[in-house]
Amino acid sequence: MSTAAERSATEAPPILRVEGLNARIAGQQVVEDVSFTVPATGITALLGRNGVGKTSTIKAIIGLIDRAGVVELAGERIEKEATFKIIQRGVGYVPEDREVFSELTVAENLRLAERDAAPRRQLVEELFPDLLARSGQMAGTLSGGQQQMVSLARALLNTNKILLVDEPTKGLAPKIVGEVAETLAEAARTVPILLVEQNLHVVRQLAEGVVVLSGGRVVHTGRALDFLDDARLIQRHLGVSSDTASHGETAAEPAQKGAAL
Amino acid sequence: MSTLVLLLFTGLGLGALYFLVAAGLSLIYGLMGVLNFAHGAFLTLGAFTGWEMARRAGSDNWGVFLLSLVIGAAAGAAFAAFTEFVLIRRLYQRHIEQVLVTLGLSLAAVALFDGTWGTDPVYIQGPAWFKDTTDILGARVPNDRFVCIVAALLVLLALVFFLKKTRYGMIIRAGVENRSMVTALGIDVRKAFTLVFTIGGAAAGLGGVLASHYFGYVSPMLGGSLLIFAFIVTVIGGLGSLTGAAIAAVAVAVLQQFANFYLGGTGDFVVVLALALVLLFRPTGLLGRTA
Ligand SMILES: Nc1ncnc2c1ncn2[C@@H]1O[C@H](COP(=O)(O)OP(=O)(O)OP(=O)(O)O)[C@@H](O)[C@H]1O
Ligand SMILES: [Mg+2]
Repeated sequence: MSTAAERSATEAPPILRVEGLNARIAGQQVVEDVSFTVPATGITALLGRNGVGKTSTIKAIIGLIDRAGVVELAGERIEKEATFKIIQRGVGYVPEDREVFSELTVAENLRLAERDAAPRRQLVEELFPDLLARSGQMAGTLSGGQQQMVSLARALLNTNKILLVDEPTKGLAPKIVGEVAETLAEAARTVPILLVEQNLHVVRQLAEGVVVLSGGRVVHTGRALDFLDDARLIQRHLGVSSDTASHGETAAEPAQKGAAL
Repeated sequence: MSTLVLLLFTGLGLGALYFLVAAGLSLIYGLMGVLNFAHGAFLTLGAFTGWEMARRAGSDNWGVFLLSLVIGAAAGAAFAAFTEFVLIRRLYQRHIEQVLVTLGLSLAAVALFDGTWGTDPVYIQGPAWFKDTTDILGARVPNDRFVCIVAALLVLLALVFFLKKTRYGMIIRAGVENRSMVTALGIDVRKAFTLVFTIGGAAAGLGGVLASHYFGYVSPMLGGSLLIFAFIVTVIGGLGSLTGAAIAAVAVAVLQQFANFYLGGTGDFVVVLALALVLLFRPTGLLGRTA
C-alpha cells in the first residue's frame, strides 16, 4: 500500500465507529465497553484468542445480538436499527462457519443475497467460476471451501460501504486460504473490510490496522505490522508464539524476532 | 376388498383435511418457532363463513360451493394475518407467551363462535353429487372424499410451486433453515412471517369448508378436534417440512381409519402410539432436518 493511501486512511473519517459497545448472550457479558474505528479504506483485522468475543462484536454491530453503545456507519448512528436495515445501508456480512442455506441451490443462495438493482453477477462469476458450474447444486453438498466462496460471493454481489468478514479461512486447505486472501485483497481495493482472522500470515498479507480483543475488551489497537512484529504483544494477547499462530507455514520474520527476544 | 378401498378413500379424505391444517402449522413453526394453537380457530371460522355464505346464497350448486371455498379461505387468511400482525409480532422469541396467547385466542374464538352460531352442530348441504357414491373396485365411495383429496392436492401443488419458484418462497425456505442469516442478507423476514401466517390461515379456512362437507356439519369445536391430529401430523412429518406434512397426514389418517375398523375403534390410540414411536426413533420426524 502506498503511503498516500495510508495517509488518506488515517485522515478520512472512519467508515465504522464503535464506542462503548456492550453485548450479552444468555445473560453473560460477551462484549464489554468495546471502542474502535475502521478506516474508510483497506483491511482492519480484529484479533484475539478463541472465545474473546470477536464474533460477538461483529454480531453486535449488525444487531444480530442485543447490544448497547454507539455504532456509527459512515457517520450515521445504527445501533438501534434492525439487522436487515443495517445491511441495506451497505454492509456485507460473511459469517463465521459460512452459514450458506444448505437446502437452497448455489444459484438460489446468490439470488437471495442480491440487494442492488444491478447486482454484480459478472464479477462474482469471474472470481468464482467454480460456483457458476455448480449453480444447480444444493449448497449443503458443497465442500467447505466452495461454501466459503458462496458466502463471500453473497457479500461481493452488492455495493457495500463495509464488509464484515469472520474467519474466512477457518478449516480451509492452504491453497484455498491463498485464494480467499487474494479475493479479499481484490475486494479491499474498492471496499473497506473488518476481518476476523486467526492465520497471522494472512493478517500480515492483508491488514493495515489491527484491533485486538481479550475477555470482551479491546486491549490493543494500531498498525498491523507493528503488532505482528512484536512477539511479546502477540504472546500476551494471542497466547502463541507468532510462528505457531500461522499454522506452521514457513517461518516469518516475527518468529525469528521472537526467538531473539 | 371393497371395505379396504372404502377405508382407504375415507382415510385419504381425512388425510387431506389433516394436511390442510398441518401445512400452515408446519411452515409457521418451521419459520418462526411458533406453536400456533389458534390454527384450529382459523379453520372453524372458514367453515362457518363458508356455510353462512352458502346458506344465504340459498342453493347447493357447484358455483355456490366453489365460492364458499374462496370465502372460507379468505376468512381464514384474514383471521391469521390479524393474529400475526396484532398478537404474535410482539412476541417473537417468547415461546411461552406465544403458546398462552394463541391458546387464549382459540378459546376466545370458540366462545365467539358459540355466541354467534350456537353450540349445536349445524348440518350442511353441498351439491347433491357430494352424497352420491362412485364405484371403485366394488366399494361405494362417497364423492365428497374425492373433493377433499383433489383440493388438498391442488393446495400442495400450489404451495410447492410458491416455495420453489418465487422469491418469497425462497425467503421462507431459507428462513426455515436459518432465520437470522436471512435478516443478515438485508431481508425483512417479518414480511415473510405475515405471509406464512396468511397462507396457513387460507389453507386452514379452505380445510374448514371441506371439513364441514366431509363430516356433514359445522360446530365451534370442529377446528379444535382436527388441530390435535394436525399437530401430531406436523411432528411425525418433521416440523417445517411441507412434504413431510403431506406424507404424514395421509399415513396418520389411513392408519386411524384401519385401526378404527379392524382393531375395534382404537384409531386415536394407534395414532398416538405412532407418534411415540416416531419421537423415540426419529425425533426430527420423517422429513425433519437433523440438528
Ligand atoms: N449462543 C451462546 N450462548 C452462550 N454463550 C455464548 C454464545 N455464543 C457465544 N457465547 C460466548 O461468548 C463468548 C464470546 O464468543 P465469540 O464467539 O464472540 O468468540 P470469538 O472471539 O469469535 O471466538 P472464536 O475465535 O473461537 O471464534 C464466548 O465465551 C462464548 O462461549
Ligand atoms: Mg468467532
